[in-house]
Amino acid sequence: MHPYQYIPATNITEAVSLLARYGPRARVMAGGTDLLVQLRGERYELDAVVDAKAIPELMALTLAKDGALSIGAAVPCYQVYEDEAIVAAFPGIIDAASLIGGIQVQSRASLGGNLCNATPSADGICPLIVHSGVVTLTGVGGTRTMLVEEFTTGPGRNALAHGEMLVKIDLPKPAAHFGAAYQRFIPRNEMDIAVAGVASAVTLDASGQKIESARIALASVGPTPIFAKKASDFLAGQPATEETYAKAGEVASTEATPISDMRGTIEQRHHLVGVLTRRTLAQAVQRARGNS
Amino acid sequence: MTTTEKPQEFKVVGTRPIRHDGIDKVLGRAVYGSDVRLAGMIYGAVLRSPYAHAKITKIDTSKAEAMPGVFAVMSGKDMPLVASGALDLGETVDDTAFTSDRVMAHDKVVFKGHPVAAVAAIDQNTGLEALKLIEVEYEVLKPVISLEDAMAPGAVVIHEGLIGDDLGEKVNNTNIAVHNRSEFGDPEAAFAKSATVLERTFIISRAHQGYIEPHASTAFWAPDGKITVWTTTQAPFGVRKTVSALLEQPLSDIKVIPTEIGGGFGGKIPVYLEPVAAVLSKKAGRPVKITMDRRAVFEASGPGPGGTIKVKMGVDDKGKITAATADIRYGAGAYPGASINPATAGIFACYEVPNVRIDSYDVVINMSKTAAYRAPGTPQATFASETLVGELCEIIGMSPMDFHLLNVSREGTRRPDGPVFPRIGNEACLEAIQGSEHFKSTLEPSTESKLRGRGMASGYWNGIGNKSSVTINVNEDGLVSLIEGNPDIGGTRTTIAMQAAEILGLPAEDVHPAVGDTDSIGYSDLTAGSRTTYATGTAAIEAAKMVIDEMKKRVAMIWETEYGNIEHVDGLFVSKVAPDHKFTFKEAAGKLGQTGGPVAMTGTVNVRGSGGGSFGTHLVDVEVDRDTGKVEILRYTAAQDAGKAVHPSYVEGQFQGGAVQGIGWALNEEYYTSDDGVMVNSTFLDYRMPTSLDVPMIETIIVEVANTNHPFGVRGIGETSIVPPAPAVANALANAIGVRLYQTPMNPGRILEALATKKTGK
Repeated sequence: MHPYQYIPATNITEAVSLLARYGPRARVMAGGTDLLVQLRGERYELDAVVDAKAIPELMALTLAKDGALSIGAAVPCYQVYEDEAIVAAFPGIIDAASLIGGIQVQSRASLGGNLCNATPSADGICPLIVHSGVVTLTGVGGTRTMLVEEFTTGPGRNALAHGEMLVKIDLPKPAAHFGAAYQRFIPRNEMDIAVAGVASAVTLDASGQKIESARIALASVGPTPIFAKKASDFLAGQPATEETYAKAGEVASTEATPISDMRGTIEQRHHLVGVLTRRTLAQAVQRARGNS
Repeated sequence: MTTTEKPQEFKVVGTRPIRHDGIDKVLGRAVYGSDVRLAGMIYGAVLRSPYAHAKITKIDTSKAEAMPGVFAVMSGKDMPLVASGALDLGETVDDTAFTSDRVMAHDKVVFKGHPVAAVAAIDQNTGLEALKLIEVEYEVLKPVISLEDAMAPGAVVIHEGLIGDDLGEKVNNTNIAVHNRSEFGDPEAAFAKSATVLERTFIISRAHQGYIEPHASTAFWAPDGKITVWTTTQAPFGVRKTVSALLEQPLSDIKVIPTEIGGGFGGKIPVYLEPVAAVLSKKAGRPVKITMDRRAVFEASGPGPGGTIKVKMGVDDKGKITAATADIRYGAGAYPGASINPATAGIFACYEVPNVRIDSYDVVINMSKTAAYRAPGTPQATFASETLVGELCEIIGMSPMDFHLLNVSREGTRRPDGPVFPRIGNEACLEAIQGSEHFKSTLEPSTESKLRGRGMASGYWNGIGNKSSVTINVNEDGLVSLIEGNPDIGGTRTTIAMQAAEILGLPAEDVHPAVGDTDSIGYSDLTAGSRTTYATGTAAIEAAKMVIDEMKKRVAMIWETEYGNIEHVDGLFVSKVAPDHKFTFKEAAGKLGQTGGPVAMTGTVNVRGSGGGSFGTHLVDVEVDRDTGKVEILRYTAAQDAGKAVHPSYVEGQFQGGAVQGIGWALNEEYYTSDDGVMVNSTFLDYRMPTSLDVPMIETIIVEVANTNHPFGVRGIGETSIVPPAPAVANALANAIGVRLYQTPMNPGRILEALATKKTGK
């Protein structure tokens, strides 16, 4: 393994100047649950690892008075799912945060890290997409924002420019009658990577019987997590019924572009997108109805 | 639940004392393979072939040798060119030249991960960096991965020097190392007269034992020529023999110290790192430790073989078996030695089969050489035979339990490959399952989304006896230390100590067992073949009897009477002629100094055979998610004949452990291999063994049909439990989804495909 400098940064300015200096030979470390494994596996070489856990903004988890949630890029998963107010308001995020790895991994791994690692199978990304997450990126040249679904650009690739880092993910306050859910399919019950995963979010009308708007996102069935726009658009105005969920599943399935590999086949993954869309929609609607 | 016939009376055997090694293991003090640390020790690293099949045209190690921190570099040229010949390792026989070649390639690599060079360096990272400086040039050859390719006429031949044995005829230019046949009666004529005949072909993936502890060995080659090896192994004396043969050093100059072992299941019988560490140590003048990473364990150590098994069975109109044939083809990996003989012994062992023919093929392919894996060769063959029986029962409308009982093998039945069974517990296991609450329970019916089914299967493992030594030292405080030569994988330190304690009249806690090195205990065959509690236990009983006999002589001396007047009853030495003369063991032990000195006795045995082996029957309920094909094991019961359970908790643990491994093999485990022979899923993340969340509590029924070949009736029980699970699960799945799968892993993808096929009627 190539030797590298371990540099704990204490503020964003210091971190981005380090990133600018080392270029692609440096990366930011949050929990390290992906980064350290990849370094040991010699997936790539680094000259510097910039530890972000001492940067206050990256460790901040804030549920604002107006109901919006801000998740610092290095906040470990357990902090998210142990906050009862967040659990109540952002169920889709909780499904993922409590699913990634096991308890030990969740005590270090962050949703921000999961997002930057940018694997198609990431459990954390699709729920951020359906919760309409927005990322804040800061570099030496300044700060910009973009939608989560625009952030991942390929397997293991993201929109960060040289010298730029993810600072936080902002989620708007969920509307009234909002519900969300994330489910993945794995052959075992734990310690596995999604063969396919689906996050669904719905906003119902006051009666709880009609879907006003919806967002669907698909994991592990394409080069990046996919925002399933057609399925999401289809759901607007539809009755909240099993028939609707099944149809949405069919539409979502057409938006998946999976490959066959050791974890599953193309056919299996298309099929699972349909099943999981149906199931997560039903769960999201149930949550939305309880969320009046 | 325990069923017992004509029980002997025991005080210690059959109880559940706390294991002697428990505290060390719980506190992390136990020294495993990679925990060995010696003064001046350096670290080895192994360069492995990226190709499954290639000629080595050049190895240049000069840059690695020049790297600061590197003490030694070696390759195949540093290993003696040993002659071909039998290397008898107790349960298996390997070839010396092939073993040497497997440990370090000479001029050709024959599997991905094949060692081609190694370095020893000041630390592990320096060693790994030095490997990158070794220049190896290959001429890549076409890999032979599938059995079809390996066996086809005109196939690429992996070993030019391999002489095949085709029913006793020598064959050149072949990948088929062995073709054996067991025949009895006239199966074709019997098939012709049968009411129903069913033939099916099954495919089973190679599967890794998945032991948590990777291979790790340390060696020091001293300037006086003595070699000491610390290693995690099931076979310290086998390691001694192999290192001696491969390095051409005198056997007695080699001492092997077995460390604690973090799982083996047969996979820690072969030698991998020991000779490499020794050669590096000789060059460096320092002790060298090498550990494998998980990827090397998957790619380059020996899983159980995969293969293709064709089975045919005929029955008369009452369901009685008329004939059975099998064609068993296993991929041995890069060198011969797939366990085809136990497959032949096991495939129909649960039945009385009047006409039989079993062909078996040991086929060389460009993957790592397979090793023993818990009941080697038998789970694969039994997956075929017991799944076929399940389908045959559906066709003839007979319950599998009735079919098993009607055709059951018992004392006097000729096993299809020849031997006649002594007293065995096959029928008793079936009856134990039949009487179980699980069997009598009603399976919850299937729903629209959840499909439920129940299945059963039986299995057999013979096991071995062989050679063992146990030494008992009587200490002056009345406790005894016990040294044995079998690494403790499954609690055998305790079960051996308990058998000695039973004879000595002591509580188990008063016997302190330890696993000795090859210089401190008499020869002992490997910990394998379900032999340790059985055969080494017999040696412990011998040693304990010798101790008691000697103590009686000493007591006679003190009481100034004849030896014949002393009796050992209920743990007390008493005099027949002076009833008030009584010594506890402790009292007698305290007086040894006055009566001729220490008492230390060694029992040595060479136990012939297993006494009939251990049968088991498993019953399983499954639930299949119709939408995803995911399988949930709802309930699982394993019944098996233990003869006499020495420590019932460990017996139950063996039943449960084997069942879980078998469930994994059935549902998700496989070597997912590219066409180039590269295993893609060489991590625990993607080599999907069951976790604790994937299996329910495995219920156990200990059946006790005493083994007439052991003083206490004990049978070896460690392996049988992996034999029935795959066919039991296959039968339960068929019952649940209404369509049969003939290939492992029976994973969600395959189940979805099967459900789709059923729907479209294709």
